[in-house]
Amino acid sequence: MSIFIDENTKVVVQGIGAQGTFHAKRNQEYGTNVVAGVHPKKGGTTWDELGVPVYASVQEAVAHAKANTSLIMVPAAFTKDAILEAFNAGIATIICITEGVPVHDMTDVYDTVVRRGGARLIGPNCPGLISPGKANVGIIPAATTMPGRVGLVSRSGTLTYQIMHELAQAGIGISTCVGIGGDPVIGTQFLDVIKAFANDPDTDAIAFVGEIGGSEEQLAGEWIRGNIPNTPVVGYIAGFEAPEGKQMGHAGAIVKEGGPGGESAAEKKAILESYGIAVAYNPSEAAQLMIERLAQNA
Amino acid sequence: MDLVEFQGKVLFHRNGVAVPPVGTVCRTVEEIVAATATALADGFAAVVVKAQVKIGGRGKAGGVKLATTVDEAREHGSNILGLDIKGHIVNVVYVEPASDIVEEYYLSVMHDRVNKGHLVICSKEGGVDIEEVNRVNPDAVIKRSLTPAETSNGLPLTIAKEIIVGANFPVEVQDEAATLLVNLFAAYVNEDATLAEINPLIRTPDGHIRALDAKVTLDDNAAFRHDGFTEWKIAGIDAIDPLEAEAKEAGIQYVKLDGHVGVLGNGAGLVMATLDVVAQNGGRAANFLDIGGGASADAMAESLGLVLRDPNVKSVFINVFGGITRGEEVANGVIEATRRLGDFPQTLIVRLDGTNAEEGREILNNAALKNVIAAATMHDAAVLAVSHANNA
Repeated sequence: MSIFIDENTKVVVQGIGAQGTFHAKRNQEYGTNVVAGVHPKKGGTTWDELGVPVYASVQEAVAHAKANTSLIMVPAAFTKDAILEAFNAGIATIICITEGVPVHDMTDVYDTVVRRGGARLIGPNCPGLISPGKANVGIIPAATTMPGRVGLVSRSGTLTYQIMHELAQAGIGISTCVGIGGDPVIGTQFLDVIKAFANDPDTDAIAFVGEIGGSEEQLAGEWIRGNIPNTPVVGYIAGFEAPEGKQMGHAGAIVKEGGPGGESAAEKKAILESYGIAVAYNPSEAAQLMIERLAQNA
Repeated sequence: MDLVEFQGKVLFHRNGVAVPPVGTVCRTVEEIVAATATALADGFAAVVVKAQVKIGGRGKAGGVKLATTVDEAREHGSNILGLDIKGHIVNVVYVEPASDIVEEYYLSVMHDRVNKGHLVICSKEGGVDIEEVNRVNPDAVIKRSLTPAETSNGLPLTIAKEIIVGANFPVEVQDEAATLLVNLFAAYVNEDATLAEINPLIRTPDGHIRALDAKVTLDDNAAFRHDGFTEWKIAGIDAIDPLEAEAKEAGIQYVKLDGHVGVLGNGAGLVMATLDVVAQNGGRAANFLDIGGGASADAMAESLGLVLRDPNVKSVFINVFGGITRGEEVANGVIEATRRLGDFPQTLIVRLDGTNAEEGREILNNAALKNVIAAATMHDAAVLAVSHANNA
């Protein structure tokens, strides 16, 4: 098994421009079942690079191509509407790569699609997810990893690749890797993914990559201690060197000046370690900690 | 982006949030004197000369002064202009007719990251640090979380009234305060703010409610639907570093830091981790720079140029793991940047991995650039970058 995506995933792509085509093609080459593209003005044509039909709406892609997952790569200004379109068409798993989506848009989308709608939304501002050997939906370079039994959840795209790469070099593969995104409002939280891994019989251990800002890592840590204390969990929090009050690229990566506390990397590390979770100082050390934890359990 | 007080008041006013009589934005002592003379001639008893900086604690720092005569205004103006308030130099002041104050309250609307909704905070005890009020007397602070479903047609007046009544505002101002809160919420939504704070919200002797101060943060991601927020971009009110200003202009994610290793990479998390790894190997990063996803050769050249213009930079660590950014784009960017920049003394340590990384490394190797070193891992690259910075 794996979580959120697997061999039954049928992807419709919203946003079939140059970038969308480049990555959807890579997803398809990996073996992901990309069934359609959507473009309001190109319905009835063929997406030549992928050899799949283009429909005018997600609803048509669901009706005709049985799409059950959407990959969204439209510009930020159109993202809210694209997510709502996928949701209204009955898509259960929506993966949004787009960065730069306004906070108010995502607050509205979260309320409709996730809180009240119960759909699985991953992102925005995320690299997507991969269940190695089964499906890759998004922009994760699949060559960095291989099938295995470690679940990986991350707020950062490139750091995720880094850790998968280092684990792979040690012969350790991944059940599913989920990039949840770096924005203040995202559809799927750390804790949601960790709960899904806890219920996945093919995930034995969990690695996570957090960042400064917010308190999602701490919430996940508390749940881990209370519910899966024996599962090996290791993590890394990026931003030990980040000064207070400066936004470090990601809209959500900021330690608020005079804020509630607990938002810095050092504070997050201390809180997580108080829950018995090993937290590394850098990504390589995180991979190394996981390798050691797995060796102990073997 | 953060607005200064007078901008916040402009934004409030156009959304129906009552503010004091409009004042004058000044950049010189002469302008302050003239604005004061006009206000006094218009029948106002006094003016307040207020530093316009994007940092709290202006009053304590001597940046807010009352003047009842032109001479007082001149003295205050010359003291306040040029004042350094926690690293923010005062270049702009706002001369506003002074308001008579009966009581001071607190009111704010902000994005609620934890609950993924909106948060209204209200207290009868304003004009002081609200965190402190909350610590000493949490019952005096009303915090009301709201979901978008509750506010799909704006903040309902009934909820606004509940909040105001809950905070024990005097009966005679409750209706006016509730209406002001509805409008403040509308301002927060309409203008794509993540924070709209009034501290203090005052009651005047004639029984009206006014926003005496305004603190507004706008969501940069929403600039596309507000004409790029150009109306709020005025010279002299940002305390940011000149290189940060240049980066902002070019749309590059850049934060100036105080070390000697220039850092650029793709992805905010990776760049943050790069700063961490540099520090763990005995160096300090000179900056944070995220070239982002899908960075072209142009963006790479521009970013590298920016990093190298910082005189503190003694070596540069380029850390790229390819997802959306392809290796050949990065390599071509490095080559293009070195070609455009001509001779520079710093050594570039390039770590390239991920999508099309091999093609990228091949392009770099074939170019045989004299001060570019390819490193195999993040750790090796950090060690090299630190040693080149220390020996430069």
